[in-house]
Amino acid sequence: MTEQKFALTVGPLQFNWSADDFTDFYARVADEAPVERVLIGETVCSKRTPYYDDRIPAAIERLQRGGKQVVLSSLAMVTLEREKRAARELFQQSALEVEINDLTLMNWARPETPFSIGPLVNVYNEATLGFLARQGARRFCLPPEAPFASVEKLAAAAVACGAGVELWAYGRIPLAISGRCYHARVHGLSKDSCQFVCAQDSDGLAVRTLDGADFLAVNGVQTMSHKYCNLIGDLDRLAKAGVSSLRLSPHTGDFIEVTRAFADVVSGAVAPEEGMRRLARTAPDVEFSNGFLFGPCGAAELTPA
Amino acid sequence: MTAPAKLELVCPAGTPAAFRAAIDAGAHTIYCGFNDETNARNFPGLNFSRDEMAESIKFAHRHGAKTLIAINTFPRAGAVAFWQKAIDDAARLGADAVILADIGLLDYAATRHPSLRLHLSVQAAAANADAIAFYVRAFRVKRVVLPRVLTVQEIAAINRDIEVETEVFIFGGLCVMAEGRCSLSSYATGKSPNMNGACSPASHVEYREEDGDLVSRLGGFAIHRVAAGEAAPYPTLCKGCFQAGDYKGHVFEDPSSLDAASLIPQLAQAGVTALKIEGRQRSRAYTEAVVRSFRKALDAYAAGRPIVAGELRELTEGQQTTSGSYRKTWR
Repeated sequence: MTEQKFALTVGPLQFNWSADDFTDFYARVADEAPVERVLIGETVCSKRTPYYDDRIPAAIERLQRGGKQVVLSSLAMVTLEREKRAARELFQQSALEVEINDLTLMNWARPETPFSIGPLVNVYNEATLGFLARQGARRFCLPPEAPFASVEKLAAAAVACGAGVELWAYGRIPLAISGRCYHARVHGLSKDSCQFVCAQDSDGLAVRTLDGADFLAVNGVQTMSHKYCNLIGDLDRLAKAGVSSLRLSPHTGDFIEVTRAFADVVSGAVAPEEGMRRLARTAPDVEFSNGFLFGPCGAAELTPA
Repeated sequence: MTAPAKLELVCPAGTPAAFRAAIDAGAHTIYCGFNDETNARNFPGLNFSRDEMAESIKFAHRHGAKTLIAINTFPRAGAVAFWQKAIDDAARLGADAVILADIGLLDYAATRHPSLRLHLSVQAAAANADAIAFYVRAFRVKRVVLPRVLTVQEIAAINRDIEVETEVFIFGGLCVMAEGRCSLSSYATGKSPNMNGACSPASHVEYREEDGDLVSRLGGFAIHRVAAGEAAPYPTLCKGCFQAGDYKGHVFEDPSSLDAASLIPQLAQAGVTALKIEGRQRSRAYTEAVVRSFRKALDAYAAGRPIVAGELRELTEGQQTTSGSYRKTWR
């Protein structure tokens, strides 16, 4: 039994799915996923947005009808004029909460308008967390590489200033962002003429070592972990540390079952071991890890609580 | 025609000897760090004790040069005071500026040491004018080291929109990822630039003969494989050889290093204040040669003479060089 009920958050879709897949995914999440919050919006590459931008309003409406709090996520790295403009517009709308993934958006933050801080912002210590909380940050999804000892201290600091801490709890972990597109590069293209080849890999393109070991995955300008983060077995110690919500990052396969497995373990309806078995069934070829939090490195094998 | 802008040459020093050599070779400014995890080149045997820093700053000031102290890792939760002490010491020892990346530390420095000049580290990855405006307004940052994801045109646009100085990398090792936003090293080894000031640390490197090949590994992952007898490159993760789909090779970046000497005029015209040489971990002889060459190039530029590019080829260990993101085709 966990001592505290976590809120569950569906993170922003990391991958370049077709507009129809995008719509279908959020419709199912709206209608079927037992989660409190859903983040929506492009975080990886602004070149992708024209393909599904017009689907977002309907998706938001459906998510809200399904009782979800909708949060708009922002781009991880803002460099172009149109990206700056989009970032400003994102913050100047007042209907929905925004999650900041690039500190560019702090330029428009006002303490009276609560916002969230995403996992791609460097919040490694209580001083940084405190500064951002004073500017209006209410929820912090911590950098996935932060070890558990840091999570404990950051969660306590967040509680002390009326904010909450969320952890990346399921899915491939974003490890790096670049000006260069690796998907384009491995196809012999450049970012400016990428032909949107990242759409070919709905969960990212596997990067293996020359001796065939699975290692990383590329997703456009983003580099991700090969292993999926999976904290379903660690909920008791996360609750004790004061973590208040868990982020589940979208993947292909039965993602609704992923959200249900977490919800059932959070509520105590099933044991963590059963939750783990259910997750393994949704992604039989996937390796899980909780290494950044509890192991020697992010790629470490899953260690039991 | 207007006279060419005067560019400041900002040079690395990993030891007091390299510090003095760089100034003798013509550096306008030296950047360096304390010998602990507060800076992003936290390597064994490198960097400065408090006493060495005090002496070096005095040496620089006697020679009309400046000292910037990099305190550019992200403090560990529960240990912030250790990093704050580094800022206090930098101010006390007379540093001309500190180079910071962490918001909490910037807030501390701006509040506690209002007269200490603050530079925003490349590790903060402020890649546009609006991000820079936030750091200027919140912490009165005076200079921003731009991330290596921008083209010369984008740098020019940023300089048109901001009031503070910019500094860009001109030579040396090249991160292909946005700095300060990369956890590849900690994924493989548990040690990261952000948290520990170390990328692809030597403690996690192995060289092994396997099936007649020499394989260099990082955290157990094969990063390079060469025929036995050849020199296996150091297994810096993002410079490794991998397979992705049908592609086999350097997925992220060729083992090249940055040499943007030929772009000095364009960078000056883009409004850049300072050019930075990477390599606090490099030898004194290397530092001296690179600094001397770039000082010559800057003097040539200032006098309206052509710049001789490529003369540092032998210092890049026979590697290819690239002008990186400064040219759009790199992306």
